[in-house]
Amino acid sequence: MPRDTLTGSRIRERRTILGLKQADLARQAGISASYLNLIEHNRRRIGGKLLLDLAGILKVEPSMLTEGAEAALIASLREAASTTRGSTAELDRVDEFAGRFPGWARLLAEARLRIETLERSVETLSDRLAHDPQLAEALHEMLSTVTAIRSAASILNEPEEIDPDWQRRFHRNIHEDSARLAESSRSLVSYLEAEGKAASESGTPQEEVTAIFEGEGYHFPALEAGQAPEALAADLDTDLSDSARALLARALRTYAEDAAMLPLEPLLAAVSEVGADPLALVRRFGCDPARAMRRLAALPAGAPCGPVGLAICDASGALTFRKPLPEFPIPRFGADCPLWPLFPALSRPMAVLSRRVQFAGRQGGAVRAFAVAQPASLPEPNRDPIFEAHMMFTPEGPGQGGEDTELVGVTCRICARRGCPARREPSLLGDAAEQGV
Amino acid sequence: MSKHVLLIEDEPNIIEAISFILSREGLSVETHSDGTTANDKLRGANPDLLILDVMLPGKSGYDILRELRADPLTAELPVLMLTARGQTRDREMAEREGVSAFMSKPFANSEMLDMVRSLLNGAPKEA
Repeated sequence: MPRDTLTGSRIRERRTILGLKQADLARQAGISASYLNLIEHNRRRIGGKLLLDLAGILKVEPSMLTEGAEAALIASLREAASTTRGSTAELDRVDEFAGRFPGWARLLAEARLRIETLERSVETLSDRLAHDPQLAEALHEMLSTVTAIRSAASILNEPEEIDPDWQRRFHRNIHEDSARLAESSRSLVSYLEAEGKAASESGTPQEEVTAIFEGEGYHFPALEAGQAPEALAADLDTDLSDSARALLARALRTYAEDAAMLPLEPLLAAVSEVGADPLALVRRFGCDPARAMRRLAALPAGAPCGPVGLAICDASGALTFRKPLPEFPIPRFGADCPLWPLFPALSRPMAVLSRRVQFAGRQGGAVRAFAVAQPASLPEPNRDPIFEAHMMFTPEGPGQGGEDTELVGVTCRICARRGCPARREPSLLGDAAEQGV
Repeated sequence: MSKHVLLIEDEPNIIEAISFILSREGLSVETHSDGTTANDKLRGANPDLLILDVMLPGKSGYDILRELRADPLTAELPVLMLTARGQTRDREMAEREGVSAFMSKPFANSEMLDMVRSLLNGAPKEA
């Protein structure tokens, strides 16, 4: 579904914010309330003078109605406001802000992301202090040496007479230990410097790889053409940390295997017939559903099935791959919504879930999500498989009836769903008393 | 008769310094550097106080402490633990295993001496 079909939803959102009745807005714009109702439900396209009139009455730029402020941008602005203690940001006017000052809004959102990235680095560094065995070993070595030096030095420093033999021994010990201390502190410094470079500003290794996939549009023509993933990994590796390099190589190997099993030409022919239906691809290509989902999400922009997003998580629920869509933002950090079909899939291994999903509090923009959890490792005797869940999603038009739409969120703090059974913490939107925590 | 201290520590220069200080106090000091054989050594030495390093080759000080507390012969032995990791977590682990006192490196000789004296006088005190 092209994005401009959401114009009606934006008009409705804006009208609700201003507290205008549908009939009043229709009257001021000189159209019938029923016609406005059709527009607001995206059943009639509008443009030209009527759009300008409506924008004028709603006191917004027309482009804000047609293009909307990026959902992801709004989500990050909300996140920024809600994670700042004592923030007095006007949350109810966030759409207006993002629409009227898109540059400032993006700047704010980017600054917020940067803060989060830096906070992450700090966390990683303090984790390292506590858990890095090499660092612990180096510190232990230093402290032991310092202990020996301190003990010996204070013995020598005492006013009491010390036997000359002992005196010589302690002098020699201090000399040896100070040389050791110099050596161990030098190597500690160089270790920390090397690590500092590795944990570069891009945050976790996972994010470095995500940034590369995002930069390439999640599609790698070289791999489609049969280039070795190792060669492409070397080409793409500009300044990656060691861990990111390993992750990238693994991701590209998987991509190449997927591409070999579902080559681009027949795949494009298939999706132009069946659309973004992973199960139809399973039947046609004999692959597993997760592979079909990864292939759909790796199609080039403008593929006949429309945009396909993808999220992959491991059995602990940690996301290992993210390709968001405007209709389905995925936060970079933090806890996601447990209602995403991705997570229920983990409790129903091998069953392919298909759900109509929409973000609570948002008009339009529903997606069709397919999710499956399947073993990520080859079977071994008497060992439980390690599961991994895939969820792909595509924008979906108005509901066909007969199927419930699951209302989900990005993350609890900025979710508008009321009485949510999965709520983890109160939302900062709306009436907290009604949140039913 | 002089009191007998067993020091289990793998750093030779720390062994030398501690031995010197304690001997000067009139204590008889025996040392041992290997974690795996520490408890055998302990049963043979029958000391009045054990000074135990945490990071030892072969076996950690925590394991040695757990084993000696399980043995009726050494269950009541005063044990002073030395560690280069003075974090709360390490201290808690040592306390759970029944340590008598705990000191983090680097320590001052006088502190260590005070601690050894009070442990030998049967008054275990918190580090």
